[in-house]
Amino acid sequence: MTAVVNVFLKDGVLDPQGKAAHHALDSLGFAGVDDVRIGKQIIIKLDTEDRAEAETEVKEMCETLLANTVIEDYTIEIN
Amino acid sequence: MKVAVLRFPGTNCEFDTQYAFEKLGHTTELVWHESEQLPTDIDLVVVPGGFSYGDYLRSGSIARFSPVMKAVSVYANDGGKVLGICNGFQILTEAGLLPGALKRNNNLHFISKHQNLCVINNDNAFLNKCNKGEVLNIPIAHADGNYYIDDEGFKKIEANGQILLRYSDDKGEPVVVNGSVTSIAGVCNEAKNVFGLMPHPERALEAILGSEDGVRMLKGFEA
Repeated sequence: MTAVVNVFLKDGVLDPQGKAAHHALDSLGFAGVDDVRIGKQIIIKLDTEDRAEAETEVKEMCETLLANTVIEDYTIEIN
Repeated sequence: MKVAVLRFPGTNCEFDTQYAFEKLGHTTELVWHESEQLPTDIDLVVVPGGFSYGDYLRSGSIARFSPVMKAVSVYANDGGKVLGICNGFQILTEAGLLPGALKRNNNLHFISKHQNLCVINNDNAFLNKCNKGEVLNIPIAHADGNYYIDDEGFKKIEANGQILLRYSDDKGEPVVVNGSVTSIAGVCNEAKNVFGLMPHPERALEAILGSEDGVRMLKGFEA
């Protein structure tokens, strides 16, 4: 199975990279952009075929290493 | 005093840190990140600056799982004194030994310059030779120094005197340097034995190089 983890700064934590990209989009004439958040995507190949087991395992990876939960949230998608 | 200076792949301030403490008359020992133990007779552990593990994933996030960091946690939880400078500060926050986290600078630039700092609290083992409200001139050099802590955490560290330093002007008024919450440049833990700061006191030991204000900071640990 493959786990796709998205990690991004929490709502309310200012994202300086997102803000810079937002300004750039504005100055390029892309109107109507309300907000830009930049995160990172981590793709993990797992040897299990058990979805629940994969989810538990990847959640632990996120809490331990992949995200810093002081400032970041994450989502997990298992395929 | 004997000082253990940690060394990870990508650390680059370990020799400056050794030089600084030896110049002040102390002995130092470099400790490789794979070491599972710290030397037994030490008075201080310094986690020096650099780019451990290339800052991959997040600054300090991988170094904090090094074998030596387990020993540092045990040492710190037993009341041992630990100082994290720059990348060392990032590693200590990632390890949960210090509150908060360090994000990318607000302007996204690597900032490298001399910077005034205002001493906020000096009732601790680190800044006891500095005066409250005093302005120190210490170099900074970082891309991820934007200190973040949530409102609840901030109230706690403020009330407990854990805010050590703020970026300031030459009068001691806070200035925005990298976007840190209330311009915080350094903090300590609740028990006041673990210290972290983004500026580099080990680079401010000689007037001819711009400042010797780092001497009194590092000498604090002698008390």
